[in-house]
Amino acid sequence: MADASVPRNRLAVAGARATTLAMLRDQPRGDVIRNTVFAGLLLLAVLIALAGLLALLIQAFAKGSSALSLDLITNPPSTAFPEKAGYRPAIIGSLQLIAGVILFVVPIGIGAALYLEEYADRSRWWNTLIEVNIQNLAAVPSIIYGILGLAFIVRGPLDLGFILAAGSLTLALLVLPMVIIAAREAIRAVPDSIRQGSLALGATKWQTIRTQVLPASIPGIATGVILAVSRALGETAPLLLVGATVFVTFDPTPFSPDGYSAMPVQIFNYALRPQEEFQALAAAGIIVMLVVLLAMNSFAIWLRNRYEQRW
Amino acid sequence: MSSVPTSATQPAGGPPRRLQAPSKRYGEKAIQGLLALCGILSVLTTTAIVISLVGPTIGFFELVPVGDFLFGTDWTPQFEPPSFGVLAIVVGTLNVTLWGMLFAIPVGLGSAIYLSEYASPRVRKTLKPVLEILAGIPTVAIGFFAVSFILPEIIQPIWPDSLLGGAVGKPFMALAAGLGIGLMIVPIIASISEDAMSAVPRGLREGAYALGATKAKVAIRVVFPAALSGIVASIVLAISRALGETMIVVLAAGSTPQLTLNPVEAIQAMTSYIATTATGDISTGSVDYKSVFAVGTVLFVMTLVMNVISIRLVRKYREVYE
Repeated sequence: MADASVPRNRLAVAGARATTLAMLRDQPRGDVIRNTVFAGLLLLAVLIALAGLLALLIQAFAKGSSALSLDLITNPPSTAFPEKAGYRPAIIGSLQLIAGVILFVVPIGIGAALYLEEYADRSRWWNTLIEVNIQNLAAVPSIIYGILGLAFIVRGPLDLGFILAAGSLTLALLVLPMVIIAAREAIRAVPDSIRQGSLALGATKWQTIRTQVLPASIPGIATGVILAVSRALGETAPLLLVGATVFVTFDPTPFSPDGYSAMPVQIFNYALRPQEEFQALAAAGIIVMLVVLLAMNSFAIWLRNRYEQRW
Repeated sequence: MSSVPTSATQPAGGPPRRLQAPSKRYGEKAIQGLLALCGILSVLTTTAIVISLVGPTIGFFELVPVGDFLFGTDWTPQFEPPSFGVLAIVVGTLNVTLWGMLFAIPVGLGSAIYLSEYASPRVRKTLKPVLEILAGIPTVAIGFFAVSFILPEIIQPIWPDSLLGGAVGKPFMALAAGLGIGLMIVPIIASISEDAMSAVPRGLREGAYALGATKAKVAIRVVFPAALSGIVASIVLAISRALGETMIVVLAAGSTPQLTLNPVEAIQAMTSYIATTATGDISTGSVDYKSVFAVGTVLFVMTLVMNVISIRLVRKYREVYE
């Protein structure tokens, strides 16, 4: 009897399967078309975004390749000889600005993130205030930070004058919220069991943070810092207000009152000049910046993927 | 409840055991205070922003009546007598923002739905970082791209001559800056909206599929409404970014204050007024100097409203699904 039922069972299964598939395949024609059109539109949206990015890169190369040479990095700017002009003081200025940003942002950013994640009592209104305040600061326009720098750092209470350190401090305040938000996420990703284990072994709160929480969250924090620094590197608007000038032909120093320049500000100035040579210089500067920023961003993404811990 | 029985945890007969630390641990307290100080610094930054804006703004209103500033439509600080009608440059900003959002909302949301609902995990893993690269491009580069490529190579060949005065022969226009800004904020909308859509529980989707819904229907009727507060938050945040963007409008939108929403006219935005006026050696006491702060206050208030709405919406959707 069993032998006879096997083919019959098979037949029944095949029949049921065919019926089900036929039912499923039998969607109304309108639905099928609508589905395809919708998917096509979505793909189009992605392609437009990608095309914009690609066009930007290609255009910078097409315009700037003629000006790409070592002179670009080693020569100071010049209006009289655009074919020999370069970005040297601007590059040195930008490096110093960034060094200052890192010095300021790393300790304070991590400190604030640790406070909010490890110590702050969420039910207290002042902690909510700090939290919302940081989220808002992250979205305040960069030019407003320029105004703050002009009124508070260059003049007013701090009264530093138009020096590179003032520009650096302004940029640091600008990217600090980004660092805090990234560091908080990294710290939050460390599971509570790690903390409890450490506390149960008799470690104090700070010992737990220093030896368990911080080491585990360093990759995430580093990623956030790199992304924030690359944002600071490309920021132009606030620097225009706090004294970054264009025709600095000497190498700038942090506290010199003679003025300073920065890479994006110099690009901006070349871009404003209609002559072909300056346009090429601007595009070449953009290439240099994009290469540096892409390297930094790729490193950040690699870091995140390489050291991301799964608990 | 005045006398809490402390002896309950104490073993009978033995010396009292305490779970508190043997010393007061002043170091721990000091560290906590130091870290709190770092957090408070952010509040101080906001306070400093407000103080630095308000002082000179009040000074400005002693020279120019508030009504003339807020409701005037002529922005001609360089004329004699000067006119400070901020509406002209507020509308300039809105002009650029409008065209930017018209580009960025469909492109950004389309990308978000594609990434969240249609893309395979592998495609998503490569596409998301690529979009993030777009977010990391300096705005001065996007501004340069807008004025030297989008304007002459895309807008001018396509725009019909008979429409709104034509686009030929204009070196600056709001639309070029708008599209540049659109490109800049696409990743903001795409990334935050995608997060919100990915946070929608799988069960909702599977329930809809079980009822026979197609993929498009699930995306539009189930995932989209469920993620709506996150999506709106991303758009509001993007508007805030667009309002405050400086370099793209300075490079591509021109510096002609005009009360118009015409996309092919040159305009002046609030940010570009600030950036072009407050450079270098402007004298501290002058009306021009103070006007920068008054315009800054208007911009700050506008973006603040947007940011607060966005933050509240994000909190709302976090509460629902976490």
